[in-house]
Amino acid sequence: MRKLQKSTRESIFTYAIVIVAFLATQGLMLSGNISSALTGQLVPICAYVVMAVSLNLTVGVLGELSLGHASFMSVGAFSGVTACISLANVIPSDPIRLVVGMVIGAICAGAAGFLIGIPVLRLNGDYLAIVTLAFGEIIKNLITCLSVGVDSRGLHFSFLTSSSMLNLEEGGTVIINGPMGIAGIPKLSTFTAGFILVVVTLFIVMNLVKSRAGRAIMALRDNRIAAESVGIPVTKYKLMAFVTSAALAGAAGALYAMNFSTIVATKFNFSTSILILVYVVLGGLGNIWGTVIAATVLTILPEMLRGFNDYRMLLYAIVLIIVMLATNNSRLKLIPAWLKKTLGSKTGKESISNE
Amino acid sequence: MNNPREETKYVPQPATNLIPERELGKQLILEAHNLGIDFGGLTAVEGFDLSVSPTEIIGLIGPNGAGKTTVFNLLSKVYQPTRGTILMNGRDTMGMSTAQMNRAGVARTFQNIRLFNNLTVEDNIKLGLHNHIKYGMLSGILRLPNYWKQEKEAKERVTELLSIFSMTHMAPFRAGALPYGAQRRLEIIRALATGPKVLLLDEPAAGMNPSETSELMENIVKVRDTFQIAVVLIEHDMNLVMGICEGICVLNFGKIIAKGTPSEIQNNPVVIEAYLGRQKEDGQNAES
Repeated sequence: MRKLQKSTRESIFTYAIVIVAFLATQGLMLSGNISSALTGQLVPICAYVVMAVSLNLTVGVLGELSLGHASFMSVGAFSGVTACISLANVIPSDPIRLVVGMVIGAICAGAAGFLIGIPVLRLNGDYLAIVTLAFGEIIKNLITCLSVGVDSRGLHFSFLTSSSMLNLEEGGTVIINGPMGIAGIPKLSTFTAGFILVVVTLFIVMNLVKSRAGRAIMALRDNRIAAESVGIPVTKYKLMAFVTSAALAGAAGALYAMNFSTIVATKFNFSTSILILVYVVLGGLGNIWGTVIAATVLTILPEMLRGFNDYRMLLYAIVLIIVMLATNNSRLKLIPAWLKKTLGSKTGKESISNE
Repeated sequence: MNNPREETKYVPQPATNLIPERELGKQLILEAHNLGIDFGGLTAVEGFDLSVSPTEIIGLIGPNGAGKTTVFNLLSKVYQPTRGTILMNGRDTMGMSTAQMNRAGVARTFQNIRLFNNLTVEDNIKLGLHNHIKYGMLSGILRLPNYWKQEKEAKERVTELLSIFSMTHMAPFRAGALPYGAQRRLEIIRALATGPKVLLLDEPAAGMNPSETSELMENIVKVRDTFQIAVVLIEHDMNLVMGICEGICVLNFGKIIAKGTPSEIQNNPVVIEAYLGRQKEDGQNAES
């Protein structure tokens, strides 16, 4: 009998990693063996894992370098939080409100991804990367200029003016206050919600990749002309990958924002996009489980290394290199061989005598 | 302006008949009329006429740089022609993209093999079947029953197609890791999977040894007979071209210099001149 297909084994392995990590963390939390600093990191870790996995869909599976992924996160964060605050009276249940917030965040980010994708995906390679970078900055600045308030008549928007221009009725609240962002966010995100979002993301991305659409997306990456020659519509599948990726980033943004009491648009800048790209590259392009591990480890690490003060970033860099070797590089297999060679004489003799 | 999608039955000027006894012109699958393309100031192909009837094998030959691959790129709309018309089943293909041209029934292979190298052989062929596998993105993600049904059918079809070139055992391998000859065969299978009416083969025998070439010849004829499709092929191997082609079209410097059956082409002085150079005026030195 043939073994399970390699891709099936990989996805089972990925789900296993995530579920085991979740259960282990829950166990540690119950027994009180986990530091409060790490507890605070749990939801951001989930958000970054979702971000990294979704970016891997664009960069690893579609093969287009996107440098503006954080902007979709911010669209999701701001629209999701706005929805959650304005629906506070309509939906009293916190978990349902969080789900609604994430769904709205995903829809808004997906729509943004669609609008940006139409012009951007006509480009290739470096040009596409530069334009996504520019769109990322544009979205950041647009949100910085945006004020949103809510009162009994519904949502009010104003652009480039202060929030006092919103013409709110008495009793209305300002949700997005221009450059000040959103303050007083209800803390709806929980680790369990984050875990569920991670599993849903993995389910969507891994099943998409192994379906007809996913094959077409990978075909575009491998050879665009050949893909066209077998009748695959290029724009449709590029957009499909890009929009799915943006929508997942939006859900992650909503989750992320609702873990903090305040959030500002400048948080989702170019360095955040690059940070997520680092997770993807270190995890391995197209390698989903590698991305999950890289995002988790590299989010925890700066906190864990706080004790080393001056050497913190040095150690961080070393760990980056080790992660790169461990998840993405076949040359790692040479290390055991090299160790054997250097420690050669002794182990060699032993193995001979054993024989 | 006419709508390019409109069913315009265009009655063509009959191209020089390739095989008179087959009565071309009555039933043609692919027609090119006065096809031409300029790259900047350079005219790469000029006044190209070709008529392909549903089940014939046509060879496109000519010296290096004659514009053979450019003709293929025009027929598959990798390049949009500057001049001329391409009719598929009597229908104008103006403005169609490569993908639309494929759905209209033109499949091709490439001179420098273009496979999806990081995907398995099976996935490569499933991509060829892409437009025949019918389920949406949502069924794919949620694994609805339609997904399982269609994927199972696709898998059966893949095995069937692979068996033509007896490559069934190669299905789980990565396409990029296959030996050269198998890659060429896989590319042909992938093109066949799209369900074409015309198959364009760009140098299918390049880099093959004589025994592989003769096997390929048999396979091309077999493919034509089983699928009842037309085959147009570019090839430098004259044994192959003269052995299986029913009509041959010779290009030089972007223009057709001769058309006819293999024996006519072999004895055509213009073709001999294009390949071997001009004979001396008095004809005495060059003979012997």
